[in-house]
Amino acid sequence: MPDITKEKILSILETVPDPEVPVLSIIDLGIVRKIEIYDAVQKPPSGGVGITITPTYTGCPAMDVINMNIRMVLLENGFKNIEIKNVLSPAWTTDWMSEAGKQKLKAYGIAPPNTKQIVCAVDAFQEDEAVQCPHCNSYNTQIISRFGSTACKALYKCNDCHEPFDYFKCH
Amino acid sequence: MNDSLIAYTLHLADNTLILAQQNSAWCGHGPILEQDIAITNISLDILGQARNFYQYAAQIINAAEAPSPLERAGGEVTEDSLAFLRDNREFKNCLLVEQENGDWGKTILRQFIFSNYQYLLYEELQHSSDEQLAAIATKALKEVAYHLRWSSEWVIRLGDGTEESHQRMKNAIEELWQYVDELFINAAYENELLHENIAVDVSSLKNKWLAKTKEVFDEATLQIPQNVFARTGGKQGIHTEKLGYILAEMQFMQRAYPNSVW
Repeated sequence: MPDITKEKILSILETVPDPEVPVLSIIDLGIVRKIEIYDAVQKPPSGGVGITITPTYTGCPAMDVINMNIRMVLLENGFKNIEIKNVLSPAWTTDWMSEAGKQKLKAYGIAPPNTKQIVCAVDAFQEDEAVQCPHCNSYNTQIISRFGSTACKALYKCNDCHEPFDYFKCH
Repeated sequence: MNDSLIAYTLHLADNTLILAQQNSAWCGHGPILEQDIAITNISLDILGQARNFYQYAAQIINAAEAPSPLERAGGEVTEDSLAFLRDNREFKNCLLVEQENGDWGKTILRQFIFSNYQYLLYEELQHSSDEQLAAIATKALKEVAYHLRWSSEWVIRLGDGTEESHQRMKNAIEELWQYVDELFINAAYENELLHENIAVDVSSLKNKWLAKTKEVFDEATLQIPQNVFARTGGKQGIHTEKLGYILAEMQFMQRAYPNSVW
C-alpha cells in the first residue's frame, strides 16, 4: 500500500469523472461523503480504504459505472481492499455541487443549478424559475421540458440566441 | 415482524417495478419527443426506487436466521432474483399499476392516480422508524413531485382539451377507478407494522388524495366517479390476468437462460 492520506485519496478521486457529464468530477458533484483509511487490524492483512458515496438521482444509471471507476482508479494507484459503500441518507442535493463544478458545467454548455435552491413543487402550471442561458447569459429563456437527456437535466431554449440547452435542475 | 417488513418492502418494490415496466413500453412511442423522454425518465426514477426497495428486501431476507419461504434454494437472494424469479402470486403490487397502458390518456391518468398517492405516502414514510425505508422515501420525494406535477398538467390538458381528449379521459376514469380504493386499504402486513411506526397508514391518506384529485379534476372539467365497486387483492398476491403477461415478458430472459448477465 502506498503511503496514504485522505488528501491523497481525495486528489485521486478528483480524477474520476461523472460518466454522463464528463467535465464534472465526482468531487465536484458532491457525491463522495466519506473517505476512511483502515489499518491492518481493521482490514487484515494490510489495511484498506473505504469510500462512501451517495446517488444523485434515485434511478441514475451512472452510479454503477461510478462505483466501478472509483475501484479501478484506486487499484491503479496501488490501493487494495477497497470498500465502496452507497448510502442514501442524508439525501444528495445540488447544493453540494462545488462552485468550481458549476463553472465547469456552464463552460461545457449546461446551465448549472440556480444558486437559490428551487425544487419542483407539485402545483400544476406554475411559473418556472428563470434560468440563465450558458451561451449568451440571457435570462430570456423558456423551458421546453422538465425532463431532459438524463434524469438530472431539464430542456430549455434561449429566446435571444435561439440555442437550446440543458439545465442541471435543482434537487 | 420480519416477515411483515419483508412483505411491506416487497409491496413497495413491486408497485414501482411494475409501473416502471409498463411506462417504459412508451419508449419510442410517445406522442412527441419531449413527452417520450418525460415518461421514460419517470420510468427510470421509479425503477430506481424499485431497486432500492429490492436491495433492502434482499438484505433483510439474507440476514434472517430462519430461512424465509421466499428464499430460493442455493444462493443468496438479490434484487435481481426478487424481480425476475418470483411468480405472479408472490408479487404484492396494487392492481392499478399492472393495468394496460391503453392510450396516452389512460397512461397519464394511471400515473396521476399513482403519483398523487405516492407523494402522500412518501411524505409520511420519510418519518418511518425504519431508517432505510425513510431514506429511500426522502430521496425519492423530490422526484415524485416532478411526476405529480407533470401528470397533473397532462390530466388538465387532456380533460380540458378537445372533445376527443376529454372523452378519452372519461373512458380512462371509467376503466381505472375500480382500482383506486385498493391503494388506501391496509394489508395485514401494513397493519402489523403500524404500531411500530414502520409502515404508513394508507387509509389516512385518502382525504388528502381526494382533495388533490378534485383540484386537478375541477380544472380538467372531469368528475370524480361515485360508488365505484372496488377491486382488491393485488397487495395480497391475487392479481388481474394482466400481471401474468407483464411477468412473462419481463422475466423471459432469466427464465429461458438462467443466471445470464449483461
